[in-house]
Amino acid sequence: MRHKAAPRTGVDWFLLVLKVAMFSVIGFGLFAFVLQQIDPNNWLAQQINDDATGLTADQFEGLIISGVSQGAMYGLIALGYSMVYGVLGFINFAHGEVFMVGAMTGMITSNKLLEAGAWESNFIASLLFIVMVAVVVSTLTAVVMERVAYRPLRGSPRLIPLITSIGISFFIQNVSVVLLGPGAKAYPDLPDWWTETQTIGFLEVQRTRLLVVVVAAVAMGALWYLVERTKTGKAMRAVAEDKEIASLMGINVNRIIVTTFAVGGAMAGVAGILWGIMFRSVVHTTGFLPGIKAFSAAVVGGIGNLGGAMAGGLTLGTAESVAPLLILEPLGVRGVSQLRDAVAFSALILVLLVKPTGLFGERLSADDRA
Amino acid sequence: MSERLLTIDNLSVTFGGLHALRNLDFHVDQGEIVSVIGPNGAGKTTFFNMISGMVTPTEGDILFKGESLIGLDPNQVTARGIARTFQNVRLFANMTILENVMVAQHCRTKQGLFGALFNTKSFKEEEAAIRAHGEKVLGFFGSRLVGYRLEQPASVLSYANRRRLEIARAMATKPEVILLDEPVAGMNPKESEELTALIGELRSEWGFTVVMIEHDMGVVRDVSDRVVVLDHGETIAQGSYDEVSTNPDVIEAYLGRPAEEAS
Amino acid sequence: MSKTMTPELAPPRAVLDQDWGRIGRFGGLIALSLIFVALSNMPVSMETFDLIADQVTLGDVSLWWLLLVAGFAVGKEVVLEGMTTHARGPRDIVAGACTGAVAAAGLSVLAVLIDNFDLRDPLINWSPQTLEKLSLGGSVGSGVVLWLVAGAAIGGVGGSLHVLSERPRRLFVTMLVSVFLIAILETVLSDISEDIALEWLADIVYAKRGGLTIVGVVLVAVLSGAYSWWGRVRAQEAKERFQSLEGADRTRGNAIAFGLVAVATVVLPMVLGGITNELLANVGLFVLLALGLNIVVGLAGILDLGYVAFFAIGGYTTAILTSPNRGESWPDWMPDTPWFAALLLVMVFAALTGLFIGAPVIRMRGDYLAIVTLGFGEIIRLLFLSDWLGGYTGAAQGITNIPGVNVFGLTTVKGTNPQAVFYLVAAFCAVAIYVSWRLEKSRLGRAWMAVREDESVAEAMGINTVNVKLMAFVVGAVLASFSGAIFAAKVGSIFPTSFIILVSIVILVVVIVGGMGNIAGVIAGAVVLIGVLGGPKQPGLLQEFSNFKLLIYGALLIWMMLQKPEGLIPNVRRTRELHQEEFLQDAWLRGEIDTDADPSEGGVAPA
Repeated sequence: MRHKAAPRTGVDWFLLVLKVAMFSVIGFGLFAFVLQQIDPNNWLAQQINDDATGLTADQFEGLIISGVSQGAMYGLIALGYSMVYGVLGFINFAHGEVFMVGAMTGMITSNKLLEAGAWESNFIASLLFIVMVAVVVSTLTAVVMERVAYRPLRGSPRLIPLITSIGISFFIQNVSVVLLGPGAKAYPDLPDWWTETQTIGFLEVQRTRLLVVVVAAVAMGALWYLVERTKTGKAMRAVAEDKEIASLMGINVNRIIVTTFAVGGAMAGVAGILWGIMFRSVVHTTGFLPGIKAFSAAVVGGIGNLGGAMAGGLTLGTAESVAPLLILEPLGVRGVSQLRDAVAFSALILVLLVKPTGLFGERLSADDRA
Repeated sequence: MSERLLTIDNLSVTFGGLHALRNLDFHVDQGEIVSVIGPNGAGKTTFFNMISGMVTPTEGDILFKGESLIGLDPNQVTARGIARTFQNVRLFANMTILENVMVAQHCRTKQGLFGALFNTKSFKEEEAAIRAHGEKVLGFFGSRLVGYRLEQPASVLSYANRRRLEIARAMATKPEVILLDEPVAGMNPKESEELTALIGELRSEWGFTVVMIEHDMGVVRDVSDRVVVLDHGETIAQGSYDEVSTNPDVIEAYLGRPAEEAS
Repeated sequence: MSKTMTPELAPPRAVLDQDWGRIGRFGGLIALSLIFVALSNMPVSMETFDLIADQVTLGDVSLWWLLLVAGFAVGKEVVLEGMTTHARGPRDIVAGACTGAVAAAGLSVLAVLIDNFDLRDPLINWSPQTLEKLSLGGSVGSGVVLWLVAGAAIGGVGGSLHVLSERPRRLFVTMLVSVFLIAILETVLSDISEDIALEWLADIVYAKRGGLTIVGVVLVAVLSGAYSWWGRVRAQEAKERFQSLEGADRTRGNAIAFGLVAVATVVLPMVLGGITNELLANVGLFVLLALGLNIVVGLAGILDLGYVAFFAIGGYTTAILTSPNRGESWPDWMPDTPWFAALLLVMVFAALTGLFIGAPVIRMRGDYLAIVTLGFGEIIRLLFLSDWLGGYTGAAQGITNIPGVNVFGLTTVKGTNPQAVFYLVAAFCAVAIYVSWRLEKSRLGRAWMAVREDESVAEAMGINTVNVKLMAFVVGAVLASFSGAIFAAKVGSIFPTSFIILVSIVILVVVIVGGMGNIAGVIAGAVVLIGVLGGPKQPGLLQEFSNFKLLIYGALLIWMMLQKPEGLIPNVRRTRELHQEEFLQDAWLRGEIDTDADPSEGGVAPA
């Protein structure tokens, strides 16, 4: 990486202006927000946001909680992007679809369980069962994807697998459309106990959201153990560093790559179920936006860095949930909730402009850093 | 006295704590041929990368005709008049041989969208001039790269001819200084002898100043006015080939410490 | 590539000396594909499209072709030098038949399952209609038997293709493909025939209720067969003769070819009806987009997934400038600009947007760039859709009442006159073709190529890669904005839903399928894909495919990347890049590769 002392070209100047502009919007928005919290009818608010009301503590808490639980989900999906990028050096664009497949599988299985009466009578066991099924199906999807489409392309110019993955993403979405129909499909209702809130200290959290965060934490812990403490994990890291040398060291590179896809797929499957439980509705496009956002999360956290992926997910989820109301609303922007996705993308752009290696640094093999 | 073209002033660079180059100090005068030698890992290529703007030094300065090159993009360095070749030949393999030398004149030409779209007179003239200059630099290597070869992709060339084309491509940028990174590596003795003569001609016929990294001491001896020896990122000797080749530090760097001292 | 030697053929193997595992694998795979096709509802929904009147429907073919592929694919062998190659014989037919039967067994199993279990809840096509189709009109049991027989028969035909020598094989394939194409292009062809007084021919070939008549099938088969048997060689010779032309002759040849295409472009819309012209106008819009993206992706090697943003900018700028119904937040004094005047501003604005989007992404790694451009594309759509800017862009209600294009007071080009729209689009396509063609062999084009090949070396050779790449972005943006401007005038109203990410992806598929970096390829890609299957929102020629076109786009993209990444009509250079090794081997075989130089030949440097 080169360090530049000062901007010299027009592009440099433009980027500087852009960064300054983005940061000033953030800063000014936050400033307006603080003023608005102190006095909703302050002078600034009168000028730019006449009907400012400010946020109550409860509202704020709600935003944070929904941001964190959403972010935990992004984090889980981001792990898949991050691992594949770390090992193979390309963006598996179709990973979001693996997540969607998980959510769809969960929907089908849970509805079948509902029909059989098990869903209500034995919720925990049913939940475990649908997680298992979803994980199996997602893992299979990811592994088949690798085998059919990515393995033959290993060693081709790096944009080729990326374009292929776009094709796969498209293909899987539309397979879902033609087989299951284009409409949104609902998860069965959860038992009442789960939708009620739980008080932890001063926080009041809906139990499903709590579940999401706990499951994500457990999955993350298991993954950390796998990568850092087991032989497979060591082999994975070796393959990420240098495939050729790793194979000379007696590591079965193909097997490790399949494992990487499988583990990523499993995480996406878990995330899919969590999505279903939280939003209780799936469509074939469910995977698309969360997929891109999860990729953004992986980049934000530093691609190839697993802890970073989770942290990036939480950051992005929170930012996306909080920023519209914290920054845009006080600036007098109407209909801020429509801009959630735009905020997420802007966050990605901002991070890449300011720190292209992500917040926590990337871990990539030598070729990919170039 | 000839003009001082390139001054390396107290140049250092570290990669994560590793000193790739430390306090490098030397200069190149107009019309000189200077060789940079040193064992593998001495920092020679890093040094070239720094001059050509691909790596930014952590300390020190590089002056070209009195102006600092620090912080310039590689293309700006090339535009100022410093061209280079690469140790592991990096041609535009799918472009034709002629296109390789034509594209290298990018920074010396200026026709943009307008000229290309309306096929203006100045556009046609410039294209013709680019082509003529391209053929001229290719002609420097005899008949090997011209004629029917002009329209062939660079990837069909033999190894030695790829090296030659890379030098031609550097020449095409109309530089004042040409940096050659191991120009004869992988060539047989006959070819390297021939290229050595050509390197001499780069100066005598074309007026280029040459800085060259080379492992082949025969080549270094035959063409260089001065030799700079690097080891572990530091200059350990500089001077004429004869001075350097008898310098005990240099011998040690290449051959290791004499047995009696080491024990 | 001419084969330098014909391998010695060993005698054919015994009929039962089969690779049963391979048969099982291939059969199983095709069986799964067949089950998928059946459950996707393709056979049922395409039932209404008769290919051969009362005999064969498109729905049937959607299943049959896979059986043919199964029979053929199982017999494919890689011919390796030094390995014994057996002559083909009845064994291949048997292998094909077995594979076909195994594959068809998949359908039989599906039929039995549908008959006995109800999975209609998740699988919407687990239906009696599907079952009926699978039972082939009889009972489930008879259907099972019939499928096995049909599978073996069609698979056997597929396998027998290996047995035939090249000429009859070509004959057979040409006949089959021609009949299929003529049947499928019925609407267009009968439309054209009406205008050139060939209705009588159409009446013979096509049945009243759609589909080819038996006479038609025979006619088409005989004609195409005759071409394949006698004409093909001569056509090939002519093509080679054309390609070997040099210098002035070549230029003249090109000019004639170009002139013919131009004349066809001018004349064709006159003989076509409204629907086909509408189709052509849509195709033209995508040709324009694809040519623009081709400059960005094909020439400069930048994978821009947010290309739709420039299309949107072109459309919205035009709408805002020309429509009296622009958002209420615009000042009242804004005049309703005529389209051509607005176009100038559209260009400027698109170029600025190109710079704005390009500048932040241009230094990023290729794949990051792809995602970030995609993000930009989405941001722009979301902004157009938002209430925040709704006063300017109409939010979800869009902008309506966009007037047509007034061409020097002669005529007004708008949606109700698709023929005029087509001419307008064609004119702009001509501009885009000219621009691509001129730029490709200019200083800028060479710099793009160099950047695509090796960015850091290009930078070291004095190319300001940032500026050069931005230039590609801007040129691409302007071409896309033309398309957007015409689109706005054609449709007369504009909504954010016209500019979803899907559009970017479809344009990318068009460019890739046609052949990155090749102008003719890109145009062909747009005509085939958009014309036949349809665009993201635009219907294509085959309405029957509209539910499946996105599926097919996805599958095509994967298949192209795996099998022919250079596209159908490839760019020579791009092909070399993607098949570096094979190319070098061929060059070596032809003796073109240069073995290390002989110093005596070159001599020591000239003085």
